[in-house]
Amino acid sequence: MSDANEAALDPQASAASAGNETALVHCTNLGKSYRKGKESVPVLSNLNLNIPKGDFLALMGPSGSGKTTLLNLLGGLDSPTDGSLEIAGERIDRFSRSQLTRWRARHVGFIFQFYNLMPVLSAERNVELPLLLTKLSSKQRKKQVAIALELVGLKDRAKHKPSELSGGQEQRVAIARAIVSDPDLLLCDEPTGDLDRTTADDILSLLQTLNQQQGKTIVMVTHDPLAAEYAQRTLHLDKGTLITGN
Amino acid sequence: MKGLTQIFTVSAMNLRNLPQRLGSSSVAVFGVACVVGVFIGVLSMASGFQRTMISAGSPDTAILMRSGATSEMSSGLGFEEIQIVSQLPQVRRENGEPVTSAELYVIVDIPKRSTNTSANVPLRGVEDGAFEVRDGIEIIEGRRFETGRNELIVGRGAQQQFAGLDVGNTIQFGQMEWDVVGVFADKGGLSESELWTDVRVLQSAYRRGNSFQSLRVKLASEDALEALQAEVASNPQLDMDVHRETDYLSDQAEPLSKFIKGVGYPLAVLMALGAVFGAINTMYASVSARTREIATLRAIGFGAFPVAFSTLLESLILALIGGVIGSLVVYLIFNGYTVSTINGASFSQVVFDFAVTGDLLVQGIVAAVFIGLIGGFFPAVRAARLPVATALRET
Ligand SMILES: Nc1ncnc2c1ncn2[C@@H]1O[C@H](COP(=O)(O)OP(=O)(O)O)[C@@H](O)[C@H]1O
Ligand SMILES: [Mg+2]
Repeated sequence: MSDANEAALDPQASAASAGNETALVHCTNLGKSYRKGKESVPVLSNLNLNIPKGDFLALMGPSGSGKTTLLNLLGGLDSPTDGSLEIAGERIDRFSRSQLTRWRARHVGFIFQFYNLMPVLSAERNVELPLLLTKLSSKQRKKQVAIALELVGLKDRAKHKPSELSGGQEQRVAIARAIVSDPDLLLCDEPTGDLDRTTADDILSLLQTLNQQQGKTIVMVTHDPLAAEYAQRTLHLDKGTLITGN
Repeated sequence: MKGLTQIFTVSAMNLRNLPQRLGSSSVAVFGVACVVGVFIGVLSMASGFQRTMISAGSPDTAILMRSGATSEMSSGLGFEEIQIVSQLPQVRRENGEPVTSAELYVIVDIPKRSTNTSANVPLRGVEDGAFEVRDGIEIIEGRRFETGRNELIVGRGAQQQFAGLDVGNTIQFGQMEWDVVGVFADKGGLSESELWTDVRVLQSAYRRGNSFQSLRVKLASEDALEALQAEVASNPQLDMDVHRETDYLSDQAEPLSKFIKGVGYPLAVLMALGAVFGAINTMYASVSARTREIATLRAIGFGAFPVAFSTLLESLILALIGGVIGSLVVYLIFNGYTVSTINGASFSQVVFDFAVTGDLLVQGIVAAVFIGLIGGFFPAVRAARLPVATALRET
């Protein structure tokens, strides 16, 4: 059994153990505030969080509580204003914008509520995008894309444009795109927010499978308690601070 | 390699998206097309005029006028002077005879075909030698005028632009009636705007006695000009300036060419500014339409440069499309389009074609490229600086 799966067996422990050496993500006193004119509006404050490899963490909380903000920090889309953020051994809070860009390409996969596929590209071309940032040859890329599409069960839709796919299928393509370069961390912001219950359950099962069988580390923002059930553990955010759940 | 792949991918994706932004894109295309159209239009007019003024000139022809005269209009020469010059060794001889033409230049009123308003048309009296001095003259319809008769031949351009100049017509100037007996061409040159007759007939019709306004001579060789100038200057009986015909014609062309360009360039620059703003607007709209796509690519890890580049490329391509449309339209409408206008230097009408030359088309396209680059620059910077997290929220 891997570290990830051991950690998965005891989510409470891993969530609490700040300073855990095996943690993939390591937030210490993390804070984010926005400037509004002269005032500084805090959105996240004093946030301590460890996410071990192989975790599947659901982040819940009322609208405006800072879930997306936290996810953006974890994904290197934005930089914290306080505290430190270490991911896979790197202090990404100290990175410049262009360092973050390169870091994102190697370490994270994003899954959005509205899929954010490129409408002019076929499913396989969409999935290939992150691989264009690697040194892989086109042959190797093709192979990886095929594997990713197979994993999400869309091998037969490779040539379809997003407009020719259902919402659930689009989200599968987006998931394939997020995992194709085998990133450390999958970040999903309300991945089922735009889907009906049945389709949502399919997508959540897929995420769960990716977590359990491929060992993917997943952080998922959701406001749907049923969705959170698929995760190993749930944390609640309220007004920018964490409340340990369950 | 990776960088190129990114640039290529993002740009190709953006261009494939273009049809969805047809409306706003066409604003930029239209603006650039207008600028390039006006730009090429004006310059083709200037170059057509210049070409007409200069093309029929020949470097081994000299034109002699009264000292200080700036054009044939203000010149006057006596018969004796002309006799002396004709005998100078720098003047070419054929079969023992000097190749010269002493000429008289008057202006007559003829209505324009297009507007029926009267225009100043030059009527030139020439000697037989005129057809040798100007070796490009060709009778394309009818025949030459006969010596001593009230007959005219009309330049091809004049015949097209002015009324009543068809072969067989009779036309009245002053107290006399003239028969139009032929039409001539002069390699597209200035003479084609003129009417020609026998200089002796013109002298008596306009009571000029035995005086002339200019003398054209064929030089013994191209470099005999300085010697001729020196000879004329040193002879106290002669009070004349000697110009090479090509120089004289380009001096004549200069004021109007300058005027056309002086109006045309600022107009084109002004319009170009407008087109730049049009392009900037279009490209800002394009960037904002692509916000989600750009933000997603950036989240995946695509760099800022490929995104900026794709925007600049889009702008460039739109501008090029506009440039090509503009030049094509101008080429189709204006190339060879014949107009006549008053030439300030001679107070008479010059008939000329717009000349949309390859050079001008290249200049027009270059102008389009500049508009595209300038118009795309700031939007490209905006695209590159797009705050990813915020942009993802907005979509
Ligand atoms: N760019 C920004 N500037 C100022 N305030 C922001 C910005 N982005 C988010 N916020 C604020 O931060 C708070 C948390 O937002 P968000 O993380 O999107 O919450 P959630 O995803 O939990 O609904 C909200 O009050 C929001 O208005
Ligand atoms: Mg949110």
